[in-house]
Amino acid sequence: MTFIAKPKVAHPSLPKNALGFTRRDYEGALSTLCAGCGHDSITAAIVEASWGLALEPQNVVKLSGIGCSSKTTAYFVSGGHGFNSVHGRMPSIAMGANAANRSLHYIGVSGDGDTLSIGLGQFCHAIRRNLNMLYIIENNGVYGLTKGQFSASADVGSRAKKGETNFQPPIDPVLLAMTLGASFVARSFSGDKQQLVPLIQAGLKHQGFALIDVLSPCVTFNDHEGSTKSYAYTREHYEPAVHADFVPLEREITADYKEGETLPLIMHDGSRIVLRKLDAAYDPTNRTLAAVQIQERMKAGEYLTGLLFVDLEPAKGAFHVVNQTPDAPLNSIPFEVLSPGSQGLEKALARYR
Amino acid sequence: MSAANSTRVNDFTIKIATVNGTGSASANTLLMKSIFRSGIPVMGKNYFPSNIQGLPTWYEIRITRDGHVARSGQVDIMVAMNAETYARDAKEVAPGGYLLYDSTWPRPALLKREDITVIGVPLARLCNENFNGVRTRILMKNICYAGVLAALLDLDVARIRELLAETYAKKPQLVDSNMKAIQLGYDYARASFSCPLPLRVEPMSGTAGHIMIDGNTAAALGCVFAGATVAAWYPITPSTSLMDAFKMFGDRMRVDRDSGRRNFAFIQAEDELAAIGMVIGAMWNGARAFTATSGPGVSLMNEFLGLAYYAEVPAVIFDIQRVGPSTGMPTRTQQGDLMECAYASHGDTRHVCLYPANPEECFYMAVQAFDLAERLQTPVLVLSDLDIGMNDWMCRDLKWDDSYRPDRGKVLGKEEILKLEKFYRFIDKDGDGITARTLPGVHPKAAYFARGSGHTQYGAYTEDAADYQLVLDRLLKKWATAKKLVPRAVIDATAGAPVGLVSLGSCDGAVREAIEVLKSRGVGVDYMRVRSFPFSDDVERFLAAHELLFVVEQNRDAQFRALLTLETAVDKSRLRSLLHYNGLPISSSFIVEGVLAELRPRQRLQPQGALRG
Repeated sequence: MTFIAKPKVAHPSLPKNALGFTRRDYEGALSTLCAGCGHDSITAAIVEASWGLALEPQNVVKLSGIGCSSKTTAYFVSGGHGFNSVHGRMPSIAMGANAANRSLHYIGVSGDGDTLSIGLGQFCHAIRRNLNMLYIIENNGVYGLTKGQFSASADVGSRAKKGETNFQPPIDPVLLAMTLGASFVARSFSGDKQQLVPLIQAGLKHQGFALIDVLSPCVTFNDHEGSTKSYAYTREHYEPAVHADFVPLEREITADYKEGETLPLIMHDGSRIVLRKLDAAYDPTNRTLAAVQIQERMKAGEYLTGLLFVDLEPAKGAFHVVNQTPDAPLNSIPFEVLSPGSQGLEKALARYR
Repeated sequence: MSAANSTRVNDFTIKIATVNGTGSASANTLLMKSIFRSGIPVMGKNYFPSNIQGLPTWYEIRITRDGHVARSGQVDIMVAMNAETYARDAKEVAPGGYLLYDSTWPRPALLKREDITVIGVPLARLCNENFNGVRTRILMKNICYAGVLAALLDLDVARIRELLAETYAKKPQLVDSNMKAIQLGYDYARASFSCPLPLRVEPMSGTAGHIMIDGNTAAALGCVFAGATVAAWYPITPSTSLMDAFKMFGDRMRVDRDSGRRNFAFIQAEDELAAIGMVIGAMWNGARAFTATSGPGVSLMNEFLGLAYYAEVPAVIFDIQRVGPSTGMPTRTQQGDLMECAYASHGDTRHVCLYPANPEECFYMAVQAFDLAERLQTPVLVLSDLDIGMNDWMCRDLKWDDSYRPDRGKVLGKEEILKLEKFYRFIDKDGDGITARTLPGVHPKAAYFARGSGHTQYGAYTEDAADYQLVLDRLLKKWATAKKLVPRAVIDATAGAPVGLVSLGSCDGAVREAIEVLKSRGVGVDYMRVRSFPFSDDVERFLAAHELLFVVEQNRDAQFRALLTLETAVDKSRLRSLLHYNGLPISSSFIVEGVLAELRPRQRLQPQGALRG
């Protein structure tokens, strides 16, 4: 299978964003995933979100590891550079790339195998550094490319296509991220574009590590009776708790939110995310309580979804703040500024004489 | 027996045996530096344990008026401060040498030697009487032996004070207490023994234009001057001090005066896998980035090195080699990663390696490594070792050419991109195997997908046999280009002999001294020091021009010799290995003996002059 480019024919009636781009301008190569794969819906949501935010395509950097999910970075924003790295190591590539140029949008796409098994360490440490990136897990509980082994997110009692039952407790990326101090934690479902697109937009605007765990059924290996990551099971058990609406800078908040149930968050560029609580008892700004509620509902067999936790001061502890890097990208600083020259060397060597 | 009859000025070795964590490092540095400041060439080697406090540690100072940089392989004065190792330390002194010990406690009579001079100084008692506090007494006891040695060797106490004043510029009270300890030892020795000893120092002017620096510090300086802005690493002995030094220099020389912001990112990674990933991510994105590690770290980095090779992303890695296999001996030296670095990762991969011989070269090669990595769009590994990296070496002043500008390689800017109809990442337009790359954030037309999976010359994913092979073959062409760009070997063929010594890295000092010794014994040999992999053409020529070649290296399995046989046309039967791999730096005597052991029987068998020398 080789790369197939999508023909770029845009009908004049297609709507354009502030940069004059149509949605087609945010697409990528043709997907080679199975028909009906949840991942393709997520790709579509990223395209929609990027178009909606009017991102400069060249300012989008797409990073991934290995697996079905990691292939998808080729399927959106073809005008942005992509790096399909090695299995489970995408966060370190993202860290280095971001260190070199903090001004770009970093979108990492990973899977439950790539993130929760081989890449668990790098995932945790990217969170600890509060690396400014959007990290999407396309979570289907199964290894697709190697044909159907359980992943670390498979639920206890879940049955594989070949009939095997999983007995090992799952690693939940949402709870894990919350305990590690993540500043933006969301869960969504590939089948719920209404919820997912604004979450992606909010995550892209968030000044720190933004995690979206997206339940994304594998139609080939994990969509059967007995699976807890199938379309049917997910639709039945997912429970929106907090809806995030992304409001660009230039738009007024017009939707009528009930007092006390909405929370507008101002982003660094003046745009806003308005959180709408669908569950009155849920507080997405209280890390401890939110984690308890997520777990309690999980015990009852429900996945709470939406923007489950957000830090109101995300930049605190963000990598570049801690490192005290300048606002200008490090890769743009002239050599003359970086190299201290012969006089600088003379000075530096004084103590070695 | 006394050695008082033979005076030896500026040519002997002192070894100091102490317990680590007792401040002996300061005392030893003080001694060595004061000798250096007196204009006398000196070499210092630290044999320390992988431990924080309480284990035996040794420091060897070779005072060498001829400016040798390797171990002599002999100890003339032993300062035996550690009761635990006293027996073996006493044995190590060369006949006619001296043994200095702390006579506060009785010395076991059974270790008495008649062929050396034993000097007892009640160091602990002197310090207990003059200082308060257990910790202070322990620390001062070690400073005190420096005072004793100053008297015995005729070292200038004023110089010692000058050095202390520099070290403790911010804590003047420490200068006084340290000087008090120095004086205690000095006065006791002057009053009790006939000072100075026949082994003594005399000021000379052999150190002008030189500095005393370790290779890790020099390499870190090189990174600062090369314009590196991203440093990522996972702590591992003996590479950590390279990163520490980079941060120290960065904090001094890279902080914007007005904003207080730092023009570098310093990232302690969660492991070596992440460290190299960060370097690759940063260099892919247009920053100069590096990591420092040791053998175990390179093992972990293999996967990513293969990716960088195949996706053609520059990276700079300093491997400060230590003793393997596995954890091995973390605080001892070896050249055990030659093979690992040359072919790191699965599949057909080969990497550019540089082999600095000393701190001076660490500085220059650090800069070269970035230029090569960016020019060739591939990882460059700088193989230093613990001996170079952590010991203080006397080397020539480092110089900086202000006209230097980094070679960023074939990176297309916005203007160039706009002129293109379409951008393809892996099309070889110049025929040198190096294709143009672009950076994220510049222009949507130039976006490409970096990947470790099979790809076409257009940068697209492929499983097509011909498309795949085209890229792989082009990488070979790039390898041929690398051969022309890497630093050439240093060749000394003045002997014009049919016998050649071939070596690399930190063996250099010992080899050069050995060549002098051999010459003085009538054996002339040529010398080639290889400085890079792939081997440049001059390596091939030197090998072809010599009948017998001694390959000197510091590992058990003759890895360098293996690389030579794999990558050149040399006839294996002409190669003889001289292998030193016990963890201590190689000495000149080891090489002299090895060469003579091979040559003597041959000379007996062959007509006079067949192997000249």
